[in-house]
Amino acid sequence: MKFSITVTLKKDVLDPQGKVVQNTLTNIGLNLKNIRQGKYFVIEVDEKDPAIAEKNVDEMCRKLLVNLIIEDYKINKL
Amino acid sequence: MKSSVIVFPGSNCDRDIAVALEKMQFKNQMVWHKETKLPKSDLIVLPGGFSYGDYLRSGAIAGKSLIIDEVIRAANDGCLILGICNGFQILTETGLLKGTLLRNKNLKFINKDIHVKVMNSKTKFSNKYKKDEVLKINIAHNEGNFFTGNAHLQELNENNLIAFKYCSEKGNVDNQSNPNGSLDNIAGIYNSKKNILGMMPHPERMVDKLISNTDGVNLFSSLLN
Repeated sequence: MKFSITVTLKKDVLDPQGKVVQNTLTNIGLNLKNIRQGKYFVIEVDEKDPAIAEKNVDEMCRKLLVNLIIEDYKINKL
Repeated sequence: MKSSVIVFPGSNCDRDIAVALEKMQFKNQMVWHKETKLPKSDLIVLPGGFSYGDYLRSGAIAGKSLIIDEVIRAANDGCLILGICNGFQILTETGLLKGTLLRNKNLKFINKDIHVKVMNSKTKFSNKYKKDEVLKINIAHNEGNFFTGNAHLQELNENNLIAFKYCSEKGNVDNQSNPNGSLDNIAGIYNSKKNILGMMPHPERMVDKLISNTDGVNLFSSLLN
């Protein structure tokens, strides 16, 4: 069973990399309102029960993949 | 006084801190991160560097290494813990210190001598300094931009848990003297029991007049006091 995880910085946390990307996009003539940079993981787990699998992936997020002070995450079943 | 320096793959200030500790008469031991037992120590140091190449987040992987459980246990028993630079990042990832270190605001790796102000001179780490004393000290990091929630910031202020703030040569804590965008110019913090200090500047680089200055010496002599 495969899951994707998107990790983004929380709304109030400064994203300097995103700002630089935004400025560069603007500089090459592509207009945008806002951009936030994040991380993307694809995780495959050996588990048949979708509820248990998702619970395991959620634990991985909370224990290592995500810094809950500054980041939000979203799990999506693929 | 007995000290242990924890060494991770990618630590690169472990020798520097060992030299500083031995110069200050600590009985020091190096401890590889795969060890599961700590030698008896009065002080544990998490050194600077780029543990695990900063993969995932600075300090995130080192924060889950085998020896860390022992470090957490020792910390909870009141052992003194000093995290410098990457060591500070590791301490926040383990939860021993709250808050986190974000990418520097200007996105640049900064390696230079800056000034910090001693905010609390009544701890095990700072009793040989004077309050508001200005130290010239080296920083070398890419993720040193301290950030935390409002509740924690309030706790830091109310309980005098801010160890150092970036300041000008004359001691003014202002925007111009903030090298990396840290919240309120914070360069180092204590936990609530003040037995854990995390700091981005490198005191171990300031113990020898020949190569820098001796502004870091009093941190180590405080510990011996």
